[in-house]
Amino acid sequence: MSAVLEQIFQVGFLAAIIRIATPLAFATLGEMFSERAGVLNLGIEGIMLLSAMAGFTAASLSGSLWLGVLVAVLTGALMGALHALFTVALGLSQHVCGIGVTLFSSGLAYFLYRLIFGQQSVPPSIKGFETQPIPLLSDIPVIGPAVFNQFTLVYFAIVAIPLSAFVLYRTPWGLSVRMVGENPRAADSAGVSVIATRFQAVILGGALMGLAGAFLTMAQFNAFTFGVVSGRGWVAIALVVFGRWDPWRSAGAALLFAFVDALQLRMQASGLGHIPYEAFLMLPFIFTIVAMAFMSRNAVAPSALLKPFRREER
Amino acid sequence: MFRLEVRTSTPAWFNLALPLAAIAATLVLCSGLIAAAGASVVEAYGVMLSASLGDSYAITETLVRAAPMIFTGLAVAVAFRAKFWNIGAEGQLLAGAVASCAVGAIPMPGPLAMLLMALAGAAAGAAVALVPATLRVRFKVDDVVSSLLLNSVIYYALMALIEGPWKDSFSGYPISPPIEDSANFPVLIEGTRLHLGVIVALIAAPLCWFLIARTTLGFRIRVTGENPEAARYGGINVQRVLLSTALLSGALAGLAGVGEVGGVHFQVMSDISPGYGYSGIVVAMLARLNPLGVVPAAIFLAAVMTGAEAMSRATGVPAFLSDVIQGTALLAMLVALLFTAYRIRRVGASS
Repeated sequence: MSAVLEQIFQVGFLAAIIRIATPLAFATLGEMFSERAGVLNLGIEGIMLLSAMAGFTAASLSGSLWLGVLVAVLTGALMGALHALFTVALGLSQHVCGIGVTLFSSGLAYFLYRLIFGQQSVPPSIKGFETQPIPLLSDIPVIGPAVFNQFTLVYFAIVAIPLSAFVLYRTPWGLSVRMVGENPRAADSAGVSVIATRFQAVILGGALMGLAGAFLTMAQFNAFTFGVVSGRGWVAIALVVFGRWDPWRSAGAALLFAFVDALQLRMQASGLGHIPYEAFLMLPFIFTIVAMAFMSRNAVAPSALLKPFRREER
Repeated sequence: MFRLEVRTSTPAWFNLALPLAAIAATLVLCSGLIAAAGASVVEAYGVMLSASLGDSYAITETLVRAAPMIFTGLAVAVAFRAKFWNIGAEGQLLAGAVASCAVGAIPMPGPLAMLLMALAGAAAGAAVALVPATLRVRFKVDDVVSSLLLNSVIYYALMALIEGPWKDSFSGYPISPPIEDSANFPVLIEGTRLHLGVIVALIAAPLCWFLIARTTLGFRIRVTGENPEAARYGGINVQRVLLSTALLSGALAGLAGVGEVGGVHFQVMSDISPGYGYSGIVVAMLARLNPLGVVPAAIFLAAVMTGAEAMSRATGVPAFLSDVIQGTALLAMLVALLFTAYRIRRVGASS
């Protein structure tokens, strides 16, 4: 048992946590912005998949990884705009529209991928991002190689957390987002455009989900498979609740989930081979459900979440 | 200028016109993808139609595929009526499949085996659905998120079973051992795959309609969904109604899995459901949550799925077109539903 523990807690393990947490952090921050403005985005799973596919395709055809990232972000923003069109402009059910956006985006991702790449026995792969050690910082023992010898997109995520908190709590736009999510009527009286602010927040959220998708196909796996997202989007929605709609706490929740996920990956690899690996894959999901049970009673969602806003209906 | 005006009532023909309009819009929108794939739109849709509804054998194949979606569609329709957001029909279907397969592998007389398979599958589905409902009632956990996460848990549990203790030692593949031959659902028409479970699905729809429209439980489900405050005020135990709804919804989704094991695959494998649970949401919305509408809606999606495979072989357009059609149909139907709440009025520039 101690040998197992030794194998688990080492620099490689810490680095794995950071790597697993990165797409979750992007996705969770994206969902958080959307929900803070009052819009639940269940399209996240499909948006991540379509962005992952679009980014991979662009990178694969052009040879430029950063162009791939850009395409993934734009795809995410576009699908965010689609979700906002249905839920904000038309005021349709956020639950069902989100499922619709996920089904539509996933279907489109499968369709276009098969159309562009055909059916190949070995799925096409690209040469993904390489790790970029940060001078000096990467020399710090343990923390250095785990945190500061990573992909550039990981550093983006690390910067995105305080940046999101700053935008949400310290800028006029962030105040508008919080207002339209808590009390759209009051925001409207104060001259804030509820519709425009919600659109912007959902689109920004979609762009962040696109970044999450880009990380999966261009840094983590370097290929697109139909199961590349496999529930990470749903997990991100739970992490937003777990993180109480706050950027710092949400990022912390992503780290905690990544810890459990990295742990089960190590357990798969460390001498417990007679147990099918799928049994370990369940663990992070069970952990998330149990965590939600403990957290949800006291969780306070944005008051106007799920509620469409129509100015003429008073 | 046009403006939206609140509508107080909707004419009855809307029930038919809205889904048809949504489907028509979907097919027009998706024809762009067929053209992008370099195929003739008319030919592609033509092949889809003839391969799914063109002859009697094709029709039986479409009905076989519709059966699980009738059950998941009913499961979602019943749940959504009470505003219990059960997105977990996929996991409940898988649980039903595993339970019925385990029972069907025990040697016993055929009719008894089939009955017990159905009971076990329904119970397993109901048990799974009870988890998000209980979490919502007791811990205020959002039922959408928990039922979605539970789908992943059940899927990996199924995979662990068929990769591990339940792996078919005879074939060595990650599939469960088959059920007893005597437990295979009887085929109704010689030379087709039309099995007993399809008839059960077709009967289940009017039964669900009766339950929702004409019974006390159905009334409680509807009131709880439409106005929980009024329900509480009227002495309805809303939490209990939610739990009952979950049991009913989960049992229906579990039966979808029973039919797939007893009538189609005779064992459990990783791809026993190509997302029938999620398709159930599309079916239920196209049916406007009316159990009677679930049958034609499920047959439509089944026709798209069966037809898409033939279309892919004939024209080279990826069969994943059926997935895009499902998602588009759901979104188009939601937009169409706007017309039940609003009407578009032309207003003069002066007003």
